[in-house]
Amino acid sequence: MTTEHGGPATTPSQTVGPFFALPGGLPWPDGPEVVGPDTEDAFLLRGRLLDGAGEPVPDGLVEMWQADEHGRFAHPDDPRGSSTSARGFGRCATGSDGEFWFRTVRPGALPTPEGEWEAPHIDVTVLARGLLDRVVTRIYFPDEEEANAADPVLSTVDQQRRGTLIAGVEDGAFRFDIRLQGTGETVFFAV
Amino acid sequence: MSTDSIEGQADRLLLPSYARDDSSHPALDTPEYRSTSLRHPSEPLQRLPQNLTEVTGPVLGHERVSETDHDLTIQHEGEPLGERIVVSGRVLDSDGKPVPDTLVEAWQANAAGRYRHAGDRHPAPLDPNFSGVGRCMTDEHGRYRFVTIKPGAYPWRNHDNAWRPAHIHFSLFGRAFTQRLITQMYFPGDPLFHQDPIFNSVRDPKARERMICEFDLDSTIPEWALSYHFDIVLRGSRATPFENEEDDDDD
Repeated sequence: MTTEHGGPATTPSQTVGPFFALPGGLPWPDGPEVVGPDTEDAFLLRGRLLDGAGEPVPDGLVEMWQADEHGRFAHPDDPRGSSTSARGFGRCATGSDGEFWFRTVRPGALPTPEGEWEAPHIDVTVLARGLLDRVVTRIYFPDEEEANAADPVLSTVDQQRRGTLIAGVEDGAFRFDIRLQGTGETVFFAV
Repeated sequence: MSTDSIEGQADRLLLPSYARDDSSHPALDTPEYRSTSLRHPSEPLQRLPQNLTEVTGPVLGHERVSETDHDLTIQHEGEPLGERIVVSGRVLDSDGKPVPDTLVEAWQANAAGRYRHAGDRHPAPLDPNFSGVGRCMTDEHGRYRFVTIKPGAYPWRNHDNAWRPAHIHFSLFGRAFTQRLITQMYFPGDPLFHQDPIFNSVRDPKARERMICEFDLDSTIPEWALSYHFDIVLRGSRATPFENEEDDDDD
């Protein structure tokens, strides 16, 4: 089967299943540490992954991807040229209470092809048993009111649900809970 | 994909655009697979534009992969029990272009159908010589290769007398956040396909076939190992006329 371009059709997604956390497997020892502990302005981001009954999801995998603090990516498809060696990627398996964490820095704002600016944000992938495909969300910061108000993605989200994309602050760390379904369901995106 | 001319770079950002492929994938709400019931979003997904964060992705280099990581049969003192197999193929995008230098992670049950995981309570033996984890980087042609043993089928509790067909899990990054893919590779002719809600969550039979590897006699290693071929196709970025040469179209 081929696509309209004549190329091959894509491979379907399947669930990550309950057993991805084998010894030496997907949860890398340094997975949650997007930056080292001594990095200037590093902070912790903590959250819980919850199901439609409000119960913790203890067998999930949360991944995050972001620009560096200047809004740059070490990537050839960033046409502004690479100015960073930041890894920008984190991965954390959820614990028995559904909890996950990352240590990172705040990404810079990003220009869009339409000439707008996206507020600082982190893209998130959630994988778990019972999720046949990943779900994707975004984390924004609570103290960026002006940038958030001008953000071209946030502004398209129903105002009642916009808050699910904005982190809270708790005990000196940012907090971002992910609710897969039901009351307070997090906004998820198709990319 | 390269960015074509960047005149006025500061105010005109040209980004690749990745083709949507929703029809390839299972619905998050698939009642036959019971674990989806409380884990699928009930609100519709909102469309996210493909801006800088989405068209870039982690460049995970060779430092994540050691020499022996692709060979699951040499990670311990002795050899694992089971049928030794080679699983190899290419990582491509839906424009037919190879995806070079990308991390491929794999994990699986042992030959008896048991994972080395505390949560796996299937009363089949663990194999002290098998962890079931492999990783490798694709080469410049998008090729990858694992040596392993054929995983066993195993029971689970989704429905009465439920069994998972033998499979190997794959995790791929591609080169952009949009291309991230987690899938499972199945073996040809498995008699358990018809009753497996995860395999059948992909409704299009042709799409299901794209999760099944092919037996590949040509690349067997005589008197040593059988071989299976499995190409993995990620979303392509819309080809510009320049890049749409006829050199790398196949399948």
